Amino acid sequence: MFQATPVNHRNLSRQKLFRFLFGSMTALLILPVIIVLSTLIYKGAPVISFEFLFANPTNGMTAGGIFPALLGTILLVLGALIASVPLGVAAAIYLSEYAPNNWFTRAINIAIINLAGVPSIVHALFGLGAFVIFFRFGTSILAASLTLAIMTLPIVIVATRESLQAVPMAFREACWNMGATRWQTIRRIVLPNAVTGILTGVILEVSRTAGETAPIMFTGAVFFLPFLPQGVFDQTMALSLHLYVVSTQVPEMPEAVPYGVALVLIGLVLIMNSVSIALRMYLRGKKKW
Amino acid sequence: MVVPDSQVEVMTSTATPIKLGVKNLSIKYGQETALDNISLDIHEHEIFGIIGPANAGKTSFLKAINRMDVFNPEMQVDGLIEFSGHDISKVRNVYGLRSRIGVVFPLPVGLPLSVYDNVALAPRLSGENNKAELNVIVERCLRRAALWDEVKDRLDSLGSLLSGGQQQRLTIARALSQEPELLMLDEFSIAVDPVTTMRIEEVLKELKQEMTIILVTNLVQQARRLADRTAFFLDGKCLDIGITEDLFTGEVSDPRTRDYVEGRFG
Repeated sequence: MFQATPVNHRNLSRQKLFRFLFGSMTALLILPVIIVLSTLIYKGAPVISFEFLFANPTNGMTAGGIFPALLGTILLVLGALIASVPLGVAAAIYLSEYAPNNWFTRAINIAIINLAGVPSIVHALFGLGAFVIFFRFGTSILAASLTLAIMTLPIVIVATRESLQAVPMAFREACWNMGATRWQTIRRIVLPNAVTGILTGVILEVSRTAGETAPIMFTGAVFFLPFLPQGVFDQTMALSLHLYVVSTQVPEMPEAVPYGVALVLIGLVLIMNSVSIALRMYLRGKKKW
Repeated sequence: MVVPDSQVEVMTSTATPIKLGVKNLSIKYGQETALDNISLDIHEHEIFGIIGPANAGKTSFLKAINRMDVFNPEMQVDGLIEFSGHDISKVRNVYGLRSRIGVVFPLPVGLPLSVYDNVALAPRLSGENNKAELNVIVERCLRRAALWDEVKDRLDSLGSLLSGGQQQRLTIARALSQEPELLMLDEFSIAVDPVTTMRIEEVLKELKQEMTIILVTNLVQQARRLADRTAFFLDGKCLDIGITEDLFTGEVSDPRTRDYVEGRFG
C-alpha cells in the first residue's frame, strides 16, 4: 500500500540533495567565523590583562594598555546611537505609517537604500566637509559620532520600517475602526510589537559603528593622545584606528598586540550587542501574536 | 407589493427616528463599482440585516459608514450617508464618528494585548484612565459578550491565545466597550461554533434595546432569526428591502431575492 513509486523516490532524493546543499552552505559560512575567532583568541588572549584594558599606552604603543582607544570607541558608538536611533526610528515611522504611497515616498525609500551602499570613505569626506568644517565642530568626538550616525542611519531606518510593516494591517484597521488616531494606533499597538525588530537594527548599527575606521579618521579619531577626552569637542583614540595603525605603521610592534586589540574590539561589540540581544529576547518572550 | 398586515409594521417602524439615512450611495474602487446607487434608512433600535452572496458590496457599505475610505485612496464614495441626521462626509472629527460605531469583523482580530487591555482599549483611547472605572467597563462588556465566565480568571493572558469563538466574543466585547450607538457585525459567526453563535444572537436581541445594529450575514436563517428588516444586496445593487419575514414568505420586489433566501441561487 505504501510502496514507494518512482516519483516518491525522485522527490525523496531531491529532498536529500537540497538539504545537503543548504546545510553545507551554512557550514561554509560558519567556518570563517570559527577560524577568525579562534586565531584571535589563540594569538591575542595572552596580551589581554587588566593593565592592557585599563592603562595608557607607553613606549610608542608597543607596551602599556589601550584604555583611551577602548573608551573612545565606546563614546563614538554611544554618540552615534544617540544621534541616529531617534532620528532613524522617527523617519521610519513616518515612511511606514504616514507617508502616502506615491512616487516621492518610493524615491525616498530608494535613496535610503542607496545611502546604505555609499562607501564609508565618502561618508568620511562628507563628515569632514559638513561637521568638521562647515559646522565648525573641528575634528572632535561630536563630528565623528555624527558622521558615523549618518552612515548607519539607513540601517536603523530600514530595520525599523521592516519591523513596522511586519505588524499585521488588521491590527491597525481594528484600531482605526474604534476611532483611534494614527498616532494612538502607532503608540499602543504598532510600536510595542515592532520593538524587537528595531533592536535588531540597533545591534547591526553597533557592530558596524564600532568597526569603522575611515569615517572617523578625518573627523575626530587620532592615533595617540596624551590625555583622555574631556568633552565632545575633544579628539579621541579609537580601537579600529588603533588596530589599523599598530598593525601597519609601528615598527617593532609585538605580534600579539594587534591581535589583542582586535579581540578587545570584537569583545566590546559582543558585550554591547548582548545588552540589546538580552532585551530583545525578553521582549520576544512577551511577543503577542 | 407588501402584504397589508406587514404594512402596519412598516408604518410603526418608520415612526421611530432614523439612525442611518443612506441616499444614492455608490462606492467605486478605481474603475470597479462595488456599490451602485443604494438608498435605505435604518431606524433606531432595530436590527437591520443585509444578506447577499460574496462580492455584493456588503462590507464596502460598512466601510463607507465608518469613513474607512480615508485610509484607502482607491475607494471613492458618492452619495449621502446621514448618521443621526449629520452628513458624515462633512464630519471633521471622523474619530468621534468611528468611536460611536462598533465594528465586528468576520475573522476575529484579537489585538496583541491582554484580554483586559483589549476591552479597555477603546475607553482608554477616549481618555478614561481610572482603574476602577475601567474594571467596571471591562467586566460589563465581557459579561454582555457572554465571555466573562470563561476569561474572568485570566484577564491578563493574551487575547490571541483564546479560542476562535472566544476571540470573536472578545472583539464583540471590545466593540461594546465603545458604548456604540450603532453596532455593525460583518458575518460575525464565520469562525464561531453554532452554540456560541446562538448565545451571541441572544445577546444581540438584548442589545437592540440600547443601540442600532446592522447585521451583515451569509446565513439567511440568521437574518430571519434576528433582523427586523432585511436588505438583499446582489452585485452592488440593493434588490430588495423590507420586513425580514416578507423576504421569506411575503411578496418580494425581485424574484432573485426569493431564489436566494430559499437557496436556489445561481
